[in-house]
Amino acid sequence: MTAAGIVGATAQVLLVGAGSPLLVGLMRQVRARMEGRAGPGVWQPWRDLRKLLRKEAIAPDGTGPVFRLAPLVLAGTALVAAAVVPIVTTASPLDGSADLFAVTALLALGTVALALAGLDTATAFGGMGASREVVVLALVEPTILMSVFALSARVGSTDLGAIVTSTLHRPELVVSPVSLLAAVALAVVVIAETGRLPVDNPSTHLELTMIHEAMVLEYAGPDLALVEWASAMRLTVLLGLFANLFAPWGIAGASLVMLPVAVVVFALKVALLGGTLAAGEVFMAKLRMFRVPELLAGSFVMAVLAVAASYFLV
Amino acid sequence: MRQLLRKIRATGRVAEPPPERPDAEMPDKARELGGSVQIRHVDAGSCNGCEVEIASAFGPVYDAERYGARLVASPRHADALVVTGPVTRNMRMALRRTYEAVPEPRLVVALGDCARNCGVFAEAYGVEGAVSDVVPVDVEVPGCPPAPEAIVAALRGLTGR
Repeated sequence: MTAAGIVGATAQVLLVGAGSPLLVGLMRQVRARMEGRAGPGVWQPWRDLRKLLRKEAIAPDGTGPVFRLAPLVLAGTALVAAAVVPIVTTASPLDGSADLFAVTALLALGTVALALAGLDTATAFGGMGASREVVVLALVEPTILMSVFALSARVGSTDLGAIVTSTLHRPELVVSPVSLLAAVALAVVVIAETGRLPVDNPSTHLELTMIHEAMVLEYAGPDLALVEWASAMRLTVLLGLFANLFAPWGIAGASLVMLPVAVVVFALKVALLGGTLAAGEVFMAKLRMFRVPELLAGSFVMAVLAVAASYFLV
Repeated sequence: MRQLLRKIRATGRVAEPPPERPDAEMPDKARELGGSVQIRHVDAGSCNGCEVEIASAFGPVYDAERYGARLVASPRHADALVVTGPVTRNMRMALRRTYEAVPEPRLVVALGDCARNCGVFAEAYGVEGAVSDVVPVDVEVPGCPPAPEAIVAALRGLTGR
């Protein structure tokens, strides 16, 4: 445990916590510009959150502790994931206690908490959204595990920091078939897990086509603010993990001097990925619900091939 | 995809330059919202004329979203209800319940002549009354249907941008 590690981990949490609404704002702005609109500006998600925090909290009749705790669990797991995943430093003091499996489980815990809350409201849309979310979750989690596992096989460790460090030392590994297959698989599951097009449409008003939004229809005020903030943080963490697994350059090791550079480089990487994702969404329509498992199964096959390739093509 | 990209580049921005900020007085409740107003639209018995105008107010040309207003899917997420049409008997209870589902501070915008005073449907057998007979109204937008400019101006009065 080094001082740089502790400062780095704190910086990660602050950066993700403060920056993730800006990422969402940037993505909406990119979409607005490509659709010919002017857009509300990148600060709009922060204005929304500030307003929601001032509003009245409502717990619908008949909902229990599951409904009330879910936003806290979701935001808590997202914050812990932000501290653990190598975002600006590979020397996080929590790195030893939380590896690839722990991060995947943390993200799954948040999703399951929200799915249970959706069921707890006992509305038709809450239950429908929860069942859809669990379908996506069941297909996404194994693929995240498998694709990162393919990258971890050559390092001999499931520690995310170690995987990123080994890519830093051997940059030629990025263009290996293992990395490329894993990158494609991971890109698809990041899109599915964060509820973007073509799996889910984050700006839809049609309850029948919703996945993530349908579960949170009953949340109001500060609870809704927590849920939206947590979703933005999960998006940032997953995009950041993706960026650092396949292009780790700029990340700080155990030196304090590199930290500010790493923060800037990370912000640029995530902004670039988010902007690309938003621009890609302009060209896409949402997939039919029954086609989503096919897409996710395809990405799972990619991940399995990546694992197989990591043993045969070292 | 390449065709669409070419079209995006050729079209550029279709949003019209923002007009002067209307100096209508802002309801006190809207001040607390700080430039972000989420809107739930309730059709209480409208002929769909106002809906078409709302759709174009949020379309690319008028782009009400740039002032911080956004349509949402649930009254729990909303700060303001936009109600169109005279309130019909079947929608009275639904409108009342939707209003109660909105967390405080909440605002109601009566959009169009029918919502303000029943318009051409006044005293029809299925009509319960104007919106203000069922829920308290904060802002009224006249017109049958109101032009998108008028809708955008009313929403800017709520967001203050």
